Amino acid sequence: MTTATTPRDAVPGQLAGEPLLKVRDLTVTFASRGRRAVRAVDGIDLDVAAGSTVGIVGESGSGKSVTSLAALGLLGKRGVQISGSVHFDGADLLNMPDDELRAVRGKEIAMIFQDPMSSLNPVLTIGRQITEILVRHRGLSKQEARDEAASLLQSVGIGDSVRRLRSFPHQLSGGMRQRVMIAMALACAPRLLIADEPTTALDVTISAQILELLRTLVAETQTALVLITHDLGVVAGLCDTVHVMYSGRIVESAPRRPLFAAPEHPYTNGLLASVPRLDQPRGIPLLPIPGSPSDTLPWAQGCAFSPRCTRREDDCLGGPPPLAPVGHPAHLLRCMHPVPTGERRV
Amino acid sequence: MLKFAVRRLLLLVPILLGLSILVFLFVRALPGGPETALLGERLTPERAAAVRAAYGLDRPVHEQYVSYMGKVARFDLGVSIQTQRPVSEEIGRRFPATVELATMAMLFALVVGIPLGFVAGRRPGSWIDNASTVGSLLGIAIPVFALGFLLKYLFAVRLGWLPTDGRQDVTLTTEHPTGFFVLDGVLTGDLPAAWDALKHLVLPAIALGTIPLAIITRITRAAVQETINEDFVRTAEAKGMTKSIVTRRHILRNAMLPVVTIVGLQTGLLLSGAILTETVFAFGGMGSFMASALFSRDFPVIQGGILFLAVVFVVVNLIVDISYGFIDPRVRAS
Amino acid sequence: MSAAAVPSPIPSTPAAGSGEEAAGGLYRDAFRRLRRSPTAIVGAVLVSAFVLIAVLAPWIAPYDPTAVDLTDIRPGVFPGPSAEHLLGLDQLGRDELSRIIYGARYSLLIGVVSLSLGAIVGLSLGLVAGAFGGWVDGLIMRLVDIMLAIPSLLLAIGVAALLGPRLISVMIAIAVVNVPIFARLLRGSMLAQRRSDYALAARSLGVSRSRVVLQHVFPNSLAPVIVQGTLALATAIIEAAGLAFLGLGSPDPAVPEWGRMLAETQSFLASAPLLALWPGLAIVLSVMGFYLLGEALREALDPKLRR
Repeated sequence: MTTATTPRDAVPGQLAGEPLLKVRDLTVTFASRGRRAVRAVDGIDLDVAAGSTVGIVGESGSGKSVTSLAALGLLGKRGVQISGSVHFDGADLLNMPDDELRAVRGKEIAMIFQDPMSSLNPVLTIGRQITEILVRHRGLSKQEARDEAASLLQSVGIGDSVRRLRSFPHQLSGGMRQRVMIAMALACAPRLLIADEPTTALDVTISAQILELLRTLVAETQTALVLITHDLGVVAGLCDTVHVMYSGRIVESAPRRPLFAAPEHPYTNGLLASVPRLDQPRGIPLLPIPGSPSDTLPWAQGCAFSPRCTRREDDCLGGPPPLAPVGHPAHLLRCMHPVPTGERRV
Repeated sequence: MLKFAVRRLLLLVPILLGLSILVFLFVRALPGGPETALLGERLTPERAAAVRAAYGLDRPVHEQYVSYMGKVARFDLGVSIQTQRPVSEEIGRRFPATVELATMAMLFALVVGIPLGFVAGRRPGSWIDNASTVGSLLGIAIPVFALGFLLKYLFAVRLGWLPTDGRQDVTLTTEHPTGFFVLDGVLTGDLPAAWDALKHLVLPAIALGTIPLAIITRITRAAVQETINEDFVRTAEAKGMTKSIVTRRHILRNAMLPVVTIVGLQTGLLLSGAILTETVFAFGGMGSFMASALFSRDFPVIQGGILFLAVVFVVVNLIVDISYGFIDPRVRAS
Repeated sequence: MSAAAVPSPIPSTPAAGSGEEAAGGLYRDAFRRLRRSPTAIVGAVLVSAFVLIAVLAPWIAPYDPTAVDLTDIRPGVFPGPSAEHLLGLDQLGRDELSRIIYGARYSLLIGVVSLSLGAIVGLSLGLVAGAFGGWVDGLIMRLVDIMLAIPSLLLAIGVAALLGPRLISVMIAIAVVNVPIFARLLRGSMLAQRRSDYALAARSLGVSRSRVVLQHVFPNSLAPVIVQGTLALATAIIEAAGLAFLGLGSPDPAVPEWGRMLAETQSFLASAPLLALWPGLAIVLSVMGFYLLGEALREALDPKLRR
C-alpha cells in the first residue's frame, strides 16, 4: 500500500509478480474557474491482484468513485488534474492514447454504476446496448451478437431473454436493469470489474440477489472485482481486502478478517458502530459518527477526520499521519491514536 | 400509436369548432364590412345593403354560421371578394409557396443550427460557442423584415448575386403541376427553372429561418451539455465505445428530443414570420395574402384562411408529437 | 417575494414555514446569483439605458422629434451626421437622434402596456385554471389552444384591424398574443407545484386548499412567469416593429416609432443606409437587453441549477 510495503505483502492471496491493477500516488484535483480547487483524491496507493476482490469503503465525497473514474480516464479533461500512476497489466493507463484506452475499457476492465436507470440509454433497446459492446470488442456479427446477448441475459438470471432484448430500460425493474448492467460488464469476460455502489439504488432483497449474482459470476470467471461502497455489510460478505477511505486518502486497509475483528481507526470503528446489529442486546444505543463529511481538515494540516474524532489529541494536527502497518503486515493504519481493544464496537 | 393519433385528431374537433365560431364573430365585428372594401367611394346605403344581401350578411349570425359550416364540410370556403375566385383555389395557389419557403427556412435552421449547437455544447466557452451565442442573440433581436431588407440590399441590390423578389424570373414561362416551383422544375425536366426558383428562395429562407436557427442552436447546445453529463454516456464510455458511436448513438440521439419539440412549436412562428418575409420579397404566399385580406376586409378569405392555417398548425404539431414517440420509447409507452 | 413576510394567522406549521421560505429563498438566492452573472449585468445595463432614455427623453433630446427643418433637404440628399445633428437628419429634415430618443418612449410604452394587459388577463386565466382544475381548467385551456393555433402575428393583425389604426390597438394586439402564453405557463407551473411534496405536506397538515394555492403554490409558480415577462418585453418591441412595417400603428406619421422609422427607410436604403442603421440598432440593442436579462433570470431562478 505504501512504498514501505511490497505489493505481495499488501495483497493477500497473490502469488507473485505484479498485481493486475497497480495504482501509485494517484491524486485528482478539480479546479474550475472562479472556484477553490478541490482535491478529491489525495495520493492513493492500491493493488488489485488477478482474481481477487477488493472493497473500497467510505462516505459519499470520500473520493472512492473518483479514484476508479480517474483510473479509467472517465473524468473528462476540463478542470481535472490527475497525477500519479495507474498500471493495468503493466500498461500505463493514465498516459495511454485515447483510442487504446477505449479498447481496454469494456473489454479488459468493465464497470457497473450505482443507478441502473440513469446508467442505461433510455432511447436504445437493452439488446442494442449489449450487442454494441460485443460488436465493438469481440468483432461479432449482428446476429451472433444477438444470440450471445440473449445467453448473457440468461446467465444473469433474466428469463425470456430473446424477447427482453427488445425492451427499453424503462420497461424493466431496477433489479433487472442492474442485471443488464452486469451482463454488459461481463460481455467480454473482463479481467477486472469495478462495481461502483452497485446495490445502493436497489431494495434490500434485490440488493442481496445482485450481490450474490456478482459473487458467483466473479468466482466462475476468475474476474478481479473492485467493489466501491459506503456499506461495510456489503464488503463483509464479498471482499478479500478492504480499504477504508476518508477525505481522499486511505485511512485503514486490511484483509477482511482482521479489519472486522479489530478495526483500529476511529473512523472504521465508528462506521461499524453505526450499523445496527441483531447479535447485540437490545437497548444498546447506536453510536453515529458526529458531524458530516464536510467537517474536514486539509490533510496538510493534520488528520482530516480529527474534527469529528472523539480520540483527537493535539498531535493529530501536525500534518497527515503516516499509513503504517499495525500488527499483521497487511493491516495498514493512518492514525496517531488507534482505538484500544476494550473500546471497539464490534 | 394509432390510438394516440386518433385521440389527438378527435381532440382537434372542439378546438376547430371553437376557432371557427371565434373567427366568424371576429370577421363580423370588423369595422367596415365587405361593402366598404368593394364599393369604396361609391358607397351608398342601398348599394351596401345589396352587397350585404349578396354575401348573406343580412341574415341572423347563427343562420349564417350554420350555412357556412355546411359549406366548409364540403370544402367550399366561399369566394374571395378581392379576386372573385374561390377561396380554396386561392389558398391552393398560394399555400405551396409558403410551404416551400417555410420548409427551406426550417432546413436552413436545422442544417446549420444542429451542428453549431452541438459543437458549442461540447466545447462551452470556446470561440465557436461564444460566436454562436452572440449570433443567436442577434438573430433573435433583428426584426425579420429588417433582416430581409438587409439581405436583399446586400446580396441582391449591391452584389447582384441573387434575385431581389418574386418566386421565379418573370421571363420564364413554366408549368406548375404541384405549385412547388423547385419541385415543378424537377418534375417537368426543366432544371434551369428549378435552379431559378431555388435562387429565389435563398434570401427569403435565410431571413425567415434566422429566428428558428437561433432557437435551435441554443436548444441543441443546452441539450448536448445536459446529455454529456448523463450517466448513460459515462456507461457508453466505460464500455469503450468509439468516440463517434458515443457521439452519434448516445449523445446526439438523446439531445435531439427537445429539438424535435421545438421544431413543432416553431411552425406557428414560421407562419407569422412568413407574413413579413413574403411581403418584403413579394413572394406571393399565404402569409402576405392573409395580411392583405385583413386589410381589405376580404372576410371569406379571412375565415377560410385562418381555419386552414390552424388545421395546418395543429396537424404539424400532431405529426411532430407522433414522430417524437418514435424516437423516445418512454413516450410511446404512455 | 413577499410570501415570507405575510404574517400567518394560524400557528405556523413546519411545512407552511418551509413552503414560504422556499419561495422567499428562491428569489433571494436568484438575486445573489444575478449580481455575479455577466449576462445579467450586460442585460441590466442595456435595459436601464433604454428605460432611462425613454423616461428622460424630453430633457436629453437635442431637438423636437417632430420639428421639420427643410433647409438642407433635397430629394435624394440626406445630410449625414454633423456637429449640430449627431445622427444626421431624416428624409423630412427631422433630427434623427431626437427621434431615436423619443422612439424609446413608444417602445417602452407599447412593451409595458401590452405586457401588463396580457399578463393580467393571462395570469388570471392560468390561476383560475390551475387552482380549480376540472371542467374550468378544460374550458380555459381549450380557449388557450385556440388562440395558440393562430399564428401570433396574424392574431395581432386581426386585433389591430378590429380596433382601428391607433397606438392602443397595437398594444392590445400584442397583449392578446401574450394572453395564452401566460395562461398556459402559470397553469403548467402551478400543476407541477401542486403535485410537489411540499404542497402535499401542507395539505396533510390541514392547511386549506385555497391557502395552499395562494400562499405556497402561486408564489412558487411565479418564477417562470417573471422570466417570460422579461422575454415578452423583447417580443413586444419586435412585434410592434413588424406591425408598424405592415402599416398598423399610430396613424400620425410624425410619431417616431422605431419600427416605422426602419420600414420607411426601405425606399432610400441606397442613398442613406445610416438612416436604417440607427432605428435598427436601437431595436436590436433594446431587444437584446431584455432577452439577456430574461435568460439570466431563467438561469438564476432555475432550481435545478441552484448550488
